[in-house]
Amino acid sequence: MNKKNTLKTFIGEIPRNLFSGFVVSLIALPLGLGLALASGAPPISGIIAAIVGGIVVSLIGGSKVTITGPGNGLVVVILSAITILGNGDMYQGYLYTLAAIVFSGILLIILGFLRMGALGDFFPSSAIQGMLAAIGIGIFAKQIHVMLGNLDAKGSIVELLIQVPEGIFNFIKTDNSSMFYAGLIGIISLLIMVFYSKIRNRYFQLIPAPMWIVVLSVGLYYYFDVFSTTDYPIDKNLLIALPNDILSNFAFPDFGKVYQLEFISAVISITLIASIESLLSIKAVDKLDPLKRRSNVNKDIRALGLATVISGFLGGLNVVTVIARSSVNVNNKGSNRSANFFHALFLVAFILLFATELRKIPLSALAAILVFTGYKLAAPENLKKVFNIGSEQLLIFIATLLVTISTSLITGILVGIIITFIIHVIINKNVLLFIKNILKPNVLMFTEDGKYYVSVKNFSSFLNYTKLKSKLDQIPETEEAIVDFTLCDFVDHSVMENMNNYSETFERKGGHFEVIGLDDSKSGSEHPFALRKILPKHRVPKKGVLTKRQKFIQKISEEMQYSYEAFSDLELKELTNFGYFKTRKIDKVSNVLTNNDCTIFDVQFSEGEMIAKQVIKATMLHIHTKNKIPKFTLDKEGVFEYILHFSGYKDIDIDAHPDFSKRFYLSGKNEEKIRAFFTDELILFFEINKQYHIEATNVGLLVLSNERLASVKEIKALAYFGASLQKIIERC
Amino acid sequence: MQKIHKILIGIAFSPNLKPNLFEAVRICNMFNAELIGVHVGEKTIKKETDLQQILSEAEVLKKPIKTVWQEGEPVKVILNTVIVEQIDLLILGALQKENLLKYYVGSIARKLTRKASCSILLLIKPSIERQACKHIVVNGLKDDKTEETIRTSVLFSKHLMCKKVTIVEEISQSELQVKVDDDKSLRKATIIKKRLKNREDQRVKNILKGIDSEDISIQMQSIFGTRGYSIGHYAKIKRADLLVMNAPTNVGILDRIFPHDIEYILSELPTDVLIVK
Repeated sequence: MNKKNTLKTFIGEIPRNLFSGFVVSLIALPLGLGLALASGAPPISGIIAAIVGGIVVSLIGGSKVTITGPGNGLVVVILSAITILGNGDMYQGYLYTLAAIVFSGILLIILGFLRMGALGDFFPSSAIQGMLAAIGIGIFAKQIHVMLGNLDAKGSIVELLIQVPEGIFNFIKTDNSSMFYAGLIGIISLLIMVFYSKIRNRYFQLIPAPMWIVVLSVGLYYYFDVFSTTDYPIDKNLLIALPNDILSNFAFPDFGKVYQLEFISAVISITLIASIESLLSIKAVDKLDPLKRRSNVNKDIRALGLATVISGFLGGLNVVTVIARSSVNVNNKGSNRSANFFHALFLVAFILLFATELRKIPLSALAAILVFTGYKLAAPENLKKVFNIGSEQLLIFIATLLVTISTSLITGILVGIIITFIIHVIINKNVLLFIKNILKPNVLMFTEDGKYYVSVKNFSSFLNYTKLKSKLDQIPETEEAIVDFTLCDFVDHSVMENMNNYSETFERKGGHFEVIGLDDSKSGSEHPFALRKILPKHRVPKKGVLTKRQKFIQKISEEMQYSYEAFSDLELKELTNFGYFKTRKIDKVSNVLTNNDCTIFDVQFSEGEMIAKQVIKATMLHIHTKNKIPKFTLDKEGVFEYILHFSGYKDIDIDAHPDFSKRFYLSGKNEEKIRAFFTDELILFFEINKQYHIEATNVGLLVLSNERLASVKEIKALAYFGASLQKIIERC
Repeated sequence: MQKIHKILIGIAFSPNLKPNLFEAVRICNMFNAELIGVHVGEKTIKKETDLQQILSEAEVLKKPIKTVWQEGEPVKVILNTVIVEQIDLLILGALQKENLLKYYVGSIARKLTRKASCSILLLIKPSIERQACKHIVVNGLKDDKTEETIRTSVLFSKHLMCKKVTIVEEISQSELQVKVDDDKSLRKATIIKKRLKNREDQRVKNILKGIDSEDISIQMQSIFGTRGYSIGHYAKIKRADLLVMNAPTNVGILDRIFPHDIEYILSELPTDVLIVK
């Protein structure tokens, strides 16, 4: 029955996936050609990767709405592999690189089986961003020259960048009409890419920007061919070259250099980038999926690996998951993997039917698409974003970027990792914290009152993030989860960013995800992703950057019309009157929410002295009562630990309410007064609400649940409980 | 171990001697047991008067203390005394990391922990005044020794007047046999977890059937995580006062390099630890 239904939906959804696949293929065609050209490979290799990827991954992949094909992150790596391995002979280099691609595909399959597909989790996020920006600059530097009609610009990324002003100058002054027209088409194409999203015309938006470029440049060719008397001004070497017999003319990898170091290094770089790019894309696309499904990352990586092997043998580039095409797929209502499959089929159709037309596309038009992509990867806004998180992140970002540009990708990412680690050590002034604890398990997860509670110890950074991740991934996103960093000395930016992602995912799927225990930490900036170092006790600033929890508390304080003070130096003198605090020394009170007589606060107190001292943080509610009430404590029956302070008093059973007496442990000195105080209404109130530990002095009530900080949701519940309780007591 | 008649404490004239002795005297009185103090080293009049001085400040022992003065290698001497005197419980003090609220077991104590034939109580916070023991956490591993360990912890909670015992069942992640990859496997894993939890709860309940534990509230908590590690972390979060563990079976050199089970706890004591043999 169930299976039938799935099949039915699948068939029902075919039309929209067919359409979505069509739209995606419109983008994939020019992008595939362009990415291959930018990589220094024959243009058809990009299309082969897209076709093989679309077919293989849609059949055996683990994600739902992703589109696969050649990726822009790989352009720089493949280009350098072709250049280095070919030793000047680009075509021979391409054949060697195909072998490297096959090997990287095999590596990906192995990584997928070892469940290490999430290679990207091992790298600090600022370093990854620095690396991606470097790739962007690499693409930009090379392609801007091609866009201006100059195929001969050569040199390192830095040299190419220095040549840009000269290139523009040459383009303006050139008397070579072929180069001038090619450059003109390039610049117009770039303008289309830039302004496409700003033009709000329904018909114009029907065709994606890259396809407009293809349509216009092919149209221009036919204009010259049919209407104009002059010849098409762009020279043949500035147009795309496609083999005549596309289906029978596959390039075959050359395994001649397998044992050489440069070959191995190429394989590693390709695998690394392919895995990181795919992973980042899969994660990002999961956030777009309207059906909120979770992708099976490792299965997808295996499928991508297999697709890469096949593509490599057929002369195609690497197959990775690509974010831009996938999001177009989602926007066009692609709902399952068949969209990816159809996108591949349409590409086959295009190549077979329109090969002649495609040969008319000038390289400069495709280069313009890539210039735009490269710019987006390395846009100055990214720099600003990183800087907002913290100046140390900017340092990591820039260092990774510069090293990647000037040396190689692997060196770049390694330097990024090392710098990140050094910065963490400097911030903490402690190497041992990391060295001693890196291999230890540091995450504990258990369920408590139906909530998932996760506690993290020692430190939490990119070095040991996978341990935390593997636990968090086991929580259904429809549940409530609390991550407690109280026992952690240091939490880095990569982890904070991921926590934020989890929080969004849980929110989307109807669950709740909250981070607690960071309110006493020092942070580098106001950004929610900023790293946080827990300060030694007693040195907590009066002012500081609010954590996400504090901001939420602030928000709910406004909703509930409570006043909120995060760094209060208020001393709650009344607290010491409570039996609970007789043996516990209050260190400080923070995050105070007040509303007339109700006060909710986080209190830090210590038990014991000297070496036996334990510092505890907990959230409590204090109610200042107007009428005089008898002293008592009320607890869940069976929880004896709080009652020691009142030892000697017996459980007061109220005969009229056997259920209440069974569930609650009520004790106090003046039994008569207590009996009188516990009216039917009050008892009913206690019976229907969550059981808290409640303690009363003559003028106040102290309410707490478990001895830890409460999540924002729990604070809300506590506030509501307090307000209702207060009302009832006033009536008593 | 279910009866405690003889308790041994090593006497090293360190700053911690007083709280350690006070704690030992208190425990002896709670169990109505005999205290045996062993000092490895020369017997001098000063040491003896110091010891008498401290003991006179402590609670009065119900049974007189027996002191053993013997020179030699500390580990050997103590292990030997354990056998000769038929000791039931060996009390050891833990060391604190400088400036950190972290405790670990010193080298001598570690050797004793591994080799002693009796149960061992490791104290991280011996105190001159009595700190009430309010919460005992005990392991509920699937192991032959577990029943004995649970019995002992119930015995301890009765004598220490502790009213709350939590039995932690650590379930190894590998028992799940489902890797969480996507929504489907997650659902499957969640169901299997529930099943495993029920199975473990049932197993512990069966053990509890044969144990008289009135007025003690016994709870069960199952945790999916690394064995030995999770329970320590749990005890720390729940601020348990005593953690009761099975004795490890055969600890080789490899186990120390790649810590597991009890080694996690020895390298960072979350609270007082009782190892039941």
